[in-house]
Amino acid sequence: MKSWRRRGGRVTAGFEQQEAAVLRGLVSQLEDMLTARAEEAPQDPLAELTGIRTGPSESPNDPVLSRLLPDYHKLDPDNPTQEDLESAGALRSLHEPELVDAKIGVARVVMDTLPKDGGDVRLTFEQADAWLSAINDVRLALGTALDVTEDMPDELPDDDPRAPHLGVYHWLTWVQESLVEAMTG
Amino acid sequence: MTTPVEAEQTQVEPAGADLGAEDRPWQTVVWNDPVNLMSYVTYVFQKLFGYSRDHATKLMLDVHHKGRAIVSSGSKEKVEADVTRLHAAGLWATMEQPS
Repeated sequence: MKSWRRRGGRVTAGFEQQEAAVLRGLVSQLEDMLTARAEEAPQDPLAELTGIRTGPSESPNDPVLSRLLPDYHKLDPDNPTQEDLESAGALRSLHEPELVDAKIGVARVVMDTLPKDGGDVRLTFEQADAWLSAINDVRLALGTALDVTEDMPDELPDDDPRAPHLGVYHWLTWVQESLVEAMTG
Repeated sequence: MTTPVEAEQTQVEPAGADLGAEDRPWQTVVWNDPVNLMSYVTYVFQKLFGYSRDHATKLMLDVHHKGRAIVSSGSKEKVEADVTRLHAAGLWATMEQPS
């Protein structure tokens, strides 16, 4: 694909079939993970009556999900105070359902606007913001799984099992950077 | 750089001293991470908080160089909402109440 361009209140780009397949695959995997997390939420009869949903109070064990759904307080990894732990748990329980909904929502915008076989994508600015969040979520997920650091090289040695995935990560970085430029330029 | 004049400080203090723990303002903190793009973080600060490009860029650079920056403050409810919106955008944000 070439850079995103801004034309008459829309941002546009053309995706090759392969590019569309890769991005759709990653976004739908993320959507599945988030949906599974939402289904873990406790079933609370009071919540059903009042319409106030509560999510889990514990941070996800999975490092990818835990990066996507961070704690509300900076907890000392070795010795968090009881007060911080309780408050972070209560805040997570209160806000996680809406956060998961927001993340699934932006993932669906990508799935709805990126043709399966590739081709032209034309986005309103609102849809482009959803794309930015969704691509960022995918990069966070890949970055966590690949243990990306700030000074990550462009390529890893061939025998590094992460090498093939790093190319996808760098490509998504470029897609996102180009979309930010189109939105702000 | 200048420091605030002393008269202003003494005017502010009595009101501040009366505030209980519940009324003390909270702060939204954004932490550095190796994935988020500098351009994207700046864009998010502008979009979510309505900050000028210059101010958003300064906050982004603080996050990048100092490891963290306070990006908003206010009531607990406001800061909770700000943290949630930052999490939705994929930034690593937490909230704290300085004592």
